[in-house]
Amino acid sequence: MPYTTYLVEKGASHSFVAEAKPPTVTMPRIKALMTGSLPGFVDVIRNLNSPALLEDSVIRQAKAAGKRVIFYGDETWVKLFPKHFVEYDGTTSFFVSDYTEVDDNVTRHLDTVLKRGDWDMLILHYLGLDHIGHISGPSSPLIGRKLSEMDSVLMKIHTSLLSKERETLSPSLLVLCGDHGMSETGSHGASSTEEVSTPLILISSAFERRPGDIRHPKRVQQTDLAATLAIGLGLPIPKDSVGSLLFPVVEGKPVREQLRFLHLNTVQLSRLLRENVPSYEKDPGFEQFKMAERLHGNWVKLYLEESRSDVLLSLGTKVLRQYLGALKTLSLSLSTQVAQYDSYSMAVGTVVVLEVLTLLLLSTPQALCRRADLEVPMRSPVFSLLFYLVVLVLSAIHVIVCTSTTSSCYLCSLPWLVAGGLMVLVSALLCAIVSTLTRTLIEGTLLRKKAAFPSFSRWSEMDLLLLLGTAGHVLSLGASSFVEEEHQTWYFLVNTLCLALSQETCRICFPGGDGKPQQHAHVLQDRAAYKAPMLHRADHASPPSEALGGPAQWAVLVSPWLVLACCRLLRSLNQTGVQGAHRPDLGLWLTSSDHKVELSGLAALSLLMIFLLVQRGCSLVSRAALALGLLGVFCYRAAIGNVLFPWQPGNKGFSKGIIEARFVYVFVLGILFTGTKDLLKSQVIAADFKIKIVGLWEIYSGLVLLAALLLRPHNLPVLAFSLLIQTVMTKFIWKPLRHEAAEITVMHYWFGQAFFYFQGNSNNIATIDISAGFVGLDTYMEIPATFLTVFGTYAGPVLWASHLVHFLSSEASSGPALSQACFCYALICSVPVATYLILVTSLRYHLFIWSVFSPKLLYEGMHLLITAALCALFTAADQHSRTRPSERWTLGTDGS
Amino acid sequence: MSKIVTKENTMKDTDIKRLLYTHLLCIFSIILSIFIPSVFLENFSILETHLTWLCICSVFVTAVNLVLYLVVKPNVSSKRSSLSHKVTRVLKCCIYFLMSCFSFHVIFVLYGAPLIELVLETFLFAVLLSTFTTVPCLCLLGPNLKAWLRVFSRNGVTSIWENSLQITTISSFVGAWLGAFPIPLDWERPWQVWPISCTLGATFGYVAGLVISPLWIYWNRKQLTYKNN
Repeated sequence: MPYTTYLVEKGASHSFVAEAKPPTVTMPRIKALMTGSLPGFVDVIRNLNSPALLEDSVIRQAKAAGKRVIFYGDETWVKLFPKHFVEYDGTTSFFVSDYTEVDDNVTRHLDTVLKRGDWDMLILHYLGLDHIGHISGPSSPLIGRKLSEMDSVLMKIHTSLLSKERETLSPSLLVLCGDHGMSETGSHGASSTEEVSTPLILISSAFERRPGDIRHPKRVQQTDLAATLAIGLGLPIPKDSVGSLLFPVVEGKPVREQLRFLHLNTVQLSRLLRENVPSYEKDPGFEQFKMAERLHGNWVKLYLEESRSDVLLSLGTKVLRQYLGALKTLSLSLSTQVAQYDSYSMAVGTVVVLEVLTLLLLSTPQALCRRADLEVPMRSPVFSLLFYLVVLVLSAIHVIVCTSTTSSCYLCSLPWLVAGGLMVLVSALLCAIVSTLTRTLIEGTLLRKKAAFPSFSRWSEMDLLLLLGTAGHVLSLGASSFVEEEHQTWYFLVNTLCLALSQETCRICFPGGDGKPQQHAHVLQDRAAYKAPMLHRADHASPPSEALGGPAQWAVLVSPWLVLACCRLLRSLNQTGVQGAHRPDLGLWLTSSDHKVELSGLAALSLLMIFLLVQRGCSLVSRAALALGLLGVFCYRAAIGNVLFPWQPGNKGFSKGIIEARFVYVFVLGILFTGTKDLLKSQVIAADFKIKIVGLWEIYSGLVLLAALLLRPHNLPVLAFSLLIQTVMTKFIWKPLRHEAAEITVMHYWFGQAFFYFQGNSNNIATIDISAGFVGLDTYMEIPATFLTVFGTYAGPVLWASHLVHFLSSEASSGPALSQACFCYALICSVPVATYLILVTSLRYHLFIWSVFSPKLLYEGMHLLITAALCALFTAADQHSRTRPSERWTLGTDGS
Repeated sequence: MSKIVTKENTMKDTDIKRLLYTHLLCIFSIILSIFIPSVFLENFSILETHLTWLCICSVFVTAVNLVLYLVVKPNVSSKRSSLSHKVTRVLKCCIYFLMSCFSFHVIFVLYGAPLIELVLETFLFAVLLSTFTTVPCLCLLGPNLKAWLRVFSRNGVTSIWENSLQITTISSFVGAWLGAFPIPLDWERPWQVWPISCTLGATFGYVAGLVISPLWIYWNRKQLTYKNN
């Protein structure tokens, strides 16, 4: 960018490095730039669908002052500031794969607008650079081209502004800034240095600069821009701004004006402090401000008395320093304290979550015993009195809280009907818990009288491992590093699971102790110390050692090690997390443009493997559909330029691949439709067991095909290996070893979580692959794009869960395996979420609450939604209709 | 009848005492491996010259185990004692030891240890873990896989020696397993680097096993009855 570089180095400009606070996504960043306030994490969700901004902002002040504001660019602005612009043309920002049209759309207005001159403020938001980052990363050759295009745009604006200044004589200000940076993978959203650092250049002929004056850009906050702009335009500073004036900008002004500007800013900040902090008078910033105000008064007095200039000057600099110090302290203490929490809503949310969790936990023994009935006693007449009492008490509390609080409250702003419904829900759950508890206690005493205590002796080492592993994972969520590196936890657990399985296979294959014990000795670590106390128990629980033939036995022995090896390969495919993210991985190597041939080969191989593994359960028609669909996936990837056909080795023009992708969608829908039809048929006839299995498998294969389309080509091996592991585990582990349904469910959950991370996801917003949301879409459509993105992100857990449904219904035609599994799945998903919610609530003043815990909370909320959907699938697959256990994601928003 | 029981009990008590002394010797050897090298070597510390310590510790523990085996001789099973038989036995033991080292290495890599970098560190950790687990097995049971399987299956223990072997082996494994937990934490401590926390965990686990097993056997000596003797 030669012209910009010239301006920065030699021209009349001030340049800064503005630090953006996470979340570094567009909407919160625009808010920060224009209002100067610190937006919260809920804005990440609102990023997709931005409601109008109600807070005070520079643009609102400008409109109130009668300035005419024109805007071209990202549509988010138009949604944030409706009716604020006299003229605008919004561009949808969500069609990420396009990077030329979005910018041409802005530039085409430029010539006429610059000529007209009937405006006071012109805002342009160019999107192309961000889109290139999303598509091909910061090292792409497209970046240089885009930057020089931007440079020419800047030059055009600047020269026309300069020529206009000659006519009107009032100086104009050109601000060049970025809303967020770009991480090393080209994405953004998190808090790495590259994402957080944005340029901020102010160019105006009003700035004086002597030749040879070399300045180094200072680090400032992004929120400082709002205050600076307001002062520069002569507007009131936005009410909620926590920024401080960029002082170098006003340095050229006379001391009196400088002091006035600083005074304005500090008064605004101290007012904000007074509103938000009860003990504001003790704040060091406020004390400094009072001091500075007094000195300022002295200075003004001296100035009016026209005393000697050197006294004036020295006092002036002293006042300046005092003001700047006050500004800095005020701004700092505000940005740490402004985060307000709506504790009443949070408390209600936590209560509901805890109640549902207790209910689930209390009904565990009942649901996992042979009959597996989960009935929630909602209409117990004994507790009706209690129920009404609780409702009354809660409503009273609600009224008292809502009338007494001054700060905004989510629950109080809800309509009365909804709030009342919530109260009823809370008290109904409470009654249900009480009645379940009494029932359990009565049954428990009965059982104890019978002196039957079968609880712990039945537990094998595998059960203990699964239980302890899950508990350990839940506890680990309290530490920010473990949240950042959650993938390590899952990989570790899955590996340990595999070793435990291998130990189990050994024990079953060599019951007497002949053959190959080398492995045996090594894998003992997992069953570990729990075994030692069981030495001399009389029960010879003979393992289900059936007559496995020679090769089958070897296959059983080897399969855990095969799974382990697959997991190790996948682990090196995508480095994720925070500590390991910068390490080179196979995925990066494959996606670099030099290795397109290898990537194409790998993708083709994976697709072939997927076909071979999936086709065995399908009917003939869907088998053909699957083959064609997978072929379509490859064509789609070739069309958008990710992979190459062997007969087209050169680079040709890339299209958006709309036709190919829609071709695949047709097959996906077709397969899903056939599967659903089979399922319904089996429900109606209620006899043909086989049709149901085929139907379930077809639904599963439809999901696999969709995942193959949405996953990036270098992630196709993840899908293939996931299918391979599922097949191997089904054939050689779960079927011969006859695990219980609950155990198999937990194992599926663990593998699903591990594959979530194998895919390259992390608990970090930046790793979400939003390009999945645009596969086969012409324009941005909100609902399909959201659905596709979510499915692409959670492909691993979803596929494992649907495999679980198929496996259990094909395996155990006898009774309640599936409903047990459903219960288990709901429980094991909701325990971490509930615990996490409570942890986050208690850690809400933690240093990393915004950068680490909040994104994880968003992920967990989404995961809970998906779990609810999956439980619906379980229930649909189960012929006996059952109540869906839990839907309580409403509370996800409360916590944040 | 009661006479036999009391005799058995006294024998057990002496055995437990011997077990305790041997275990104390093993712990002593580990402590020595920490303090002796600093006399001869400059700049020796467990964390900074970790590899040296790994080597020294494995050598010490192996030596003590061998010496104890030769002195105490807990099992007097080998009746044939021709020279060639002894030589093949020793050779077999060496091969088994190496095999266990390599298979531990493979398991570590499967668990996520780097494949190419830090190979020496990973391998020395494998050697240390083999020293804590395989070497006592080899000393006590010999290169006899059937016996190994028997000891590590549910009801196959035939003496307090085997019982303590089981406990120490399992506790060293668990120690190594638990030792991996602090690696992802961001405390930036020198001992969080691979494989230091795991080796320390394995060592602590081994020592804990050495301490616990005589005590545990002592507490449970009434319940413990062994089939063969």
